[in-house]
Amino acid sequence: MMDLSGLNTGWYLALAAALFIIGAVGLLVRRNPLVMFMCVELMLNAVNVTFIALGASLNDVGGQVAVFFVLVVAATEVVIGLALVVAINRRRAGATADDVTLLKG
Amino acid sequence: MAEAVFAVAAVLMLAGAVGVVASRNPVHAALFLVQTLVGVALLFILNDAHFLAAVQVVVYAGAIVILFLFVIMLLGVDKAEELRIEPISGQRPLAVVVGAALAAMLGTVILTGADVLSGIRRGGGERALDGEATDIERMGRVLFGEFAFAVEITAALLTIAVVGAVVLTRRAARSDEAAPAGSVGG
Repeated sequence: MMDLSGLNTGWYLALAAALFIIGAVGLLVRRNPLVMFMCVELMLNAVNVTFIALGASLNDVGGQVAVFFVLVVAATEVVIGLALVVAINRRRAGATADDVTLLKG
Repeated sequence: MAEAVFAVAAVLMLAGAVGVVASRNPVHAALFLVQTLVGVALLFILNDAHFLAAVQVVVYAGAIVILFLFVIMLLGVDKAEELRIEPISGQRPLAVVVGAALAAMLGTVILTGADVLSGIRRGGGERALDGEATDIERMGRVLFGEFAFAVEITAALLTIAVVGAVVLTRRAARSDEAAPAGSVGG
């Protein structure tokens, strides 16, 4: 069982799980595509916390390297996602995620 | 001391995350996102990942959130959104159910499995965190040694993303006539 005395990896994992759950619920609840992207960023950051904590606990730099690649992928994801949002808003101003149900503008 | 920093960072992160989900104005959500990202950077510092903490602040809080704010302003969607109406009936109860299920799963895993790894510690070598090198030196050696191919792939990915963003948002001269008259000009 988890050792509740002092600061150990379990605390980091619990905090990351809480952050991930908030992000996931936000992604399901909100329908503004921009806020949905921010919720995806929350989930990515929760995973980053897990990588860093486990990397520190295993004494391995691999966790930090994984976080580095997650950062790069998050940056590209945001660029493409926001470009899609801009392209959709050109066709239909003020479109929410619920309005884009067909793959034709 | 570490416990106090952890507590402050945890409160910052969770309050910011709730703010992102619950704020009606997308601009406020973006600012709450910065708060969460700073909390994550604090946790990185706490785990001696100083380079990643700096990158987190510069790339995430600097570039990515600025990109979000730029698009919010560009599209003019910085109006408050009515959150009380539920667009799809049953969406929110279902989201809460999904959240509770996730919490149950992750909680079980953490409570029963957190100590599985606690006895394991890698030995020395260039990947060990307790060596002489600073964290940025260690990461550089591993990134450009063991992960050199992945770094090259990442460079290609970034190039593709830039080209893709230009292709997606570029306005072709001929497609203007096909666009409906009510579409937003720009």
